[in-house]
Amino acid sequence: MTQLRADAAPAVARTPRAARRRRAKVPYNKREALTGYLFISPWIIGFLVFTAGAMIYSLVISFSHYNLATNTARPAGFDNYAQLFTDPRVATSLGNTLFYAVLAVPLEILVALGLASLLNQAGRGAGFFRTVYYLPKMTPAVATAAVFFLLLNGNTGAVNQFLRIFGIEGPQWLVDPTWIKPSIVLMTLWGVSGTMVIFLAALKNVPRELYEVAELDGAGVWQRFRNITLPMISSAIFFNVIVLSIAAFQVFDQAYLLFWRDQSNASPEASLFYAIYLFQQAFRQFNFGFAAAMAWLLFVIIMLITAIQMKFGNRFVYYEGGKD
Amino acid sequence: MASTGTASTPVRQVPGLPEDATGQGDRPIDPNRPPLDESRPGGRTGRRIRRGVVIAALIVISFVFLYPFAWLLAASLKGRGQVFDNSLWPTEFHWDNYVKVFDELPLASWMMNSIGIAVLAAVSVAVSSSLVAWGFAHFRFPLRGPLFGLVLATMMLPGAVTMIPIYLIWKELGFLGTWVPLFGANLFGSAFYIFLQRQFYLGLPRELFEAARIDGANQWRTYWRIVFPLSLPSFIIVLLFEFQASWNNLQAALIYLNAGSPEDFTAPLGIAYAMTKYSPTAGGQGDYQYVMVASLLVTLPMLALFAFGQRYFIEGVATQGRKG
Repeated sequence: MTQLRADAAPAVARTPRAARRRRAKVPYNKREALTGYLFISPWIIGFLVFTAGAMIYSLVISFSHYNLATNTARPAGFDNYAQLFTDPRVATSLGNTLFYAVLAVPLEILVALGLASLLNQAGRGAGFFRTVYYLPKMTPAVATAAVFFLLLNGNTGAVNQFLRIFGIEGPQWLVDPTWIKPSIVLMTLWGVSGTMVIFLAALKNVPRELYEVAELDGAGVWQRFRNITLPMISSAIFFNVIVLSIAAFQVFDQAYLLFWRDQSNASPEASLFYAIYLFQQAFRQFNFGFAAAMAWLLFVIIMLITAIQMKFGNRFVYYEGGKD
Repeated sequence: MASTGTASTPVRQVPGLPEDATGQGDRPIDPNRPPLDESRPGGRTGRRIRRGVVIAALIVISFVFLYPFAWLLAASLKGRGQVFDNSLWPTEFHWDNYVKVFDELPLASWMMNSIGIAVLAAVSVAVSSSLVAWGFAHFRFPLRGPLFGLVLATMMLPGAVTMIPIYLIWKELGFLGTWVPLFGANLFGSAFYIFLQRQFYLGLPRELFEAARIDGANQWRTYWRIVFPLSLPSFIIVLLFEFQASWNNLQAALIYLNAGSPEDFTAPLGIAYAMTKYSPTAGGQGDYQYVMVASLLVTLPMLALFAFGQRYFIEGVATQGRKG
């Protein structure tokens, strides 16, 4: 859950207040400093063991053939990393994940922004609807998967029954390989309300005067949205795109529950997401070395995508009061 | 936000970001805002019509979001076989599903395990993060800025990178198959919660603690007697968030508890197990209504949590966005 929140947060460390302090260069009070370290010591220990230590350990494992039974590691050189390129399922799972992310993230942004805009115009009733829309977010993934397993049934499922009203024969959602990823996207969209709440907060911050002035100038709905709303909430869009992309690359629960839970059954390759394959390699095959290498590849990909998004994002994000 | 003054006001705004990002949909319109030009077309009547359309749209969308819940409730009351017909109204009401499910599945045991783990996870992460956050917020010590940057940086790390080493650590310590791996790392704080609580502490007036120190209270007493009680709202946000995260956590349960006997499963792992057991495709018994009952019973505590702490959830989510 915490990874979902990775974002542009380091900006906080550069607050003017912190900067002013640093410039002041008042000598530290030894007792105060010691007490401070004491208070943060749980995190320091946790960081050394569960983050820094674990990362180094993970790197070591990725360069070895790990034998779980004997707890011994045989040096592997770059074998595990080379395998990333020779194992076709790595490419398959990466492709599936990329496809899912490209489909899910824009849709999540559009739907969340649409819902937030509606809520923002609803006046007093908004609180009630916000509560209703947030309920799916509270629903455990297992329950969502168990329900959508039947709602998305190609013959009797509610989704296709609904489509039949309009004369559309819906696809075999969970069977047809083409529709497996869109099915997972549908489930994700049902729980889009977290993103929606962030957008709603951003929309509330757009000064009403801007709209009023624009309206007096004869700006239409679209122009107001394009020229006021979008720039004013651009940092929220930016934040959500980054967070949702990182989450999309780690999509696991729904696909696991619907397709990979039952090991006795053949599972469609279209549902093999990267996190699923990694999990299988690690905890079904116990190929720790290869799985660790996969994890590091995921890390690099997420970093790259975030860096690219930051680079392009900064171009269109409007910062109130200028950039720092 | 009026009723939750304590929850929202002391949260310090990140400088440069606009005020009030709480995303409360029911905030009344600013009484001081200048009146709109009502004589223009699209004035009062146009506005009223538009609001009516918005509300109508929101109601229609509500059905989409609520349908799966209604369907789940219906399915949980259906008999064997009928559960796959996808009708929203059971032909026969099988209330005894709610009794039988406890014979069919060790559901009571799963719920108790999940509650126990979630309580331990939530309390340990809330307490440890609070201590660390106070350390970062209140004391000056060398490397404070870089260390806090490191805290935030850990949010970027995909869990997959440390998943295997952490498994090996718990294995080495002999904790596989116990609850410890499902909450143990929480004893050392978690980045997002540290960030959230630190924001809160920065908003508390410093004079409060200076006074306590002059009165001779030591730092621990100051924390325990003054800081902790004051920070209860942010503490509750962390408790609720982590309780939900732990309650939904499927992957950790798969890694650490899947090898054990079904009685030791958590609720999500248990339902995954039930899905396989009753799946119509896996040669299961097709009694999928029990999966539905279990899904509903696992969702209810989360809905209750939301009913109790809605404002904290919304506030917490909005805080995520505020970082961007």
